[in-house]
Amino acid sequence: MATEFHNLQELRHSASLANKVFVQRDYSEGTTCKFQTKFPTELETRIERSLFEDTVKTLNNYYAEAEKIGGQSYLEGCLACATAYLIFLCMETRYEKVLKKIAKYIQEQNEKIYAPRGLLITDPIERGMRVIEISIYEDRGSSGSSSSSSSVSGSTTR
Amino acid sequence: MITRKVRKWEKLPGKNTFCCDGRVMMARQKGVFYLTLFLIIGTCSLFFAFECPYLAVHLSPAIPVFAAVLFLFVMAMLLRTSFSDPGVLPRALPDEATFIEMEIEAANGNVPPGQRAPPRIRNVQINSQIVKLKYCYTCKIFRPPRASHCSICDNCVDRFDHHCPWVGNCVGKRNYRYFYMFTLSLSLLTIYIFTFNIVHVAMRSVVSGFLNTLKDTPGTYPFLCLIFLQKDTPLLVCFFTLWSVVGLTGFHTYLISLNQTTNEDIKGSWSGKNRIQNPYSHKNIIKNCCEVLCGPTYPSVLDRRGLMQEDLVALAALPSTNSDTTPQTTKTTAPLIPNEHTPDEAKSIADSAAEKSSSPKEEQPPSAKLPPLASPETDAETSIAKDKPH
Repeated sequence: MATEFHNLQELRHSASLANKVFVQRDYSEGTTCKFQTKFPTELETRIERSLFEDTVKTLNNYYAEAEKIGGQSYLEGCLACATAYLIFLCMETRYEKVLKKIAKYIQEQNEKIYAPRGLLITDPIERGMRVIEISIYEDRGSSGSSSSSSSVSGSTTR
Repeated sequence: MITRKVRKWEKLPGKNTFCCDGRVMMARQKGVFYLTLFLIIGTCSLFFAFECPYLAVHLSPAIPVFAAVLFLFVMAMLLRTSFSDPGVLPRALPDEATFIEMEIEAANGNVPPGQRAPPRIRNVQINSQIVKLKYCYTCKIFRPPRASHCSICDNCVDRFDHHCPWVGNCVGKRNYRYFYMFTLSLSLLTIYIFTFNIVHVAMRSVVSGFLNTLKDTPGTYPFLCLIFLQKDTPLLVCFFTLWSVVGLTGFHTYLISLNQTTNEDIKGSWSGKNRIQNPYSHKNIIKNCCEVLCGPTYPSVLDRRGLMQEDLVALAALPSTNSDTTPQTTKTTAPLIPNEHTPDEAKSIADSAAEKSSSPKEEQPPSAKLPPLASPETDAETSIAKDKPH
């Protein structure tokens, strides 16, 4: 890889934002939260397809777990109704628990896989669960083109 | 540069009012909501003050206790419906909006000048049915399926049902079950109070005569006025006053069993021969009810209480740098929502990503500015549906 960043801090301080890619929602199975696993062309030179697909598939699994309608969600719903939903003032819902897991997973993925490649994933909840925003960074010391990521090949001098 | 920390709700676009430092979210017009509160609390106070002492002594103390529990449940549901986020979708940030515009441009190809651009629609296949997603010119997003833009609150709401002035808020994905429990419990409470009102009058009349009963029970005057308007059919009058609440509960029970929203029902999205069938229904009444009422509790995606930096100096001399001279949709009759917050938000998000030095770059659109769009939503019937108070 032409651009190497050792950790997220370095990414933020020494790189400049070049472009953003937005992974859209996949509505083929209804309104449940699921993202498309189609590999964006802008990332072709930055990251392996399998890594990206793994990330999106894991996120989709987390959301499916959160929105699963089964015994536990019925129990939670009925118990909450019986207490006039006041129980949510003290208890965390299952969805919120899964969202915390997702945040941790994204942080981990950013640190281990994406930041070393000059990329950064934004948690979908910060974008209204509409898109997964992937920011593409370029090393500031490289040739200062900021409009496309295809100049990565030119940024060998640092 | 002087900055100060503000809560994000202070800078949110849309016509909502916020209380308790962003914890409470309502529509701007709250008059009818206060009327609802007054009617419920007033009626129940009359019942507790004038009827319950007699009923507790002569029938059972459980009667006022159950009424009190029911009343508290009704109030809890009402406040929960009114104060919570119905499922508002946050507007697209400039980067995302530009990305979507570029995609649309690419899909439409070159439109010769003078010709109207084609309507912005995206087709998606849901459970093997084709559903059209419309583009929202105010929020700059393609609305997810079942989402709709409320002209009164000026927000896109997920699984939009209707805007209810009685609760002073939109009813959407996040608060539909509370709204339904509110109408259901209010029906039960109204029936309960009317029944015991009649029982109370009947019991007293047996003892001391009807006219004397009226003198002794001032609490029954409002109810009995209605009855005496129609001498021969008191039950019909009670039915008429109850109809509005019980009828509403029945209507929503019907919608839940079919997994439809009021908005879809009004627009006739899934009815008629040439229209597609509802792709969200499980074709099983029990499954539909369980999904709507006992499904997961969705979190709010609108960050109201997060902190952001506000540039006090920059605010004073803020030009409208974004290309938002687009005319707004036919849905809102209000003047253009000023977008001067958007550069701030973009800046604050850049700051929070610790990319302070790149913020001037972010404000430049990565591609050439697109001409303002001249084809607003032509879906007139949706705007009528929005303005129809429920």
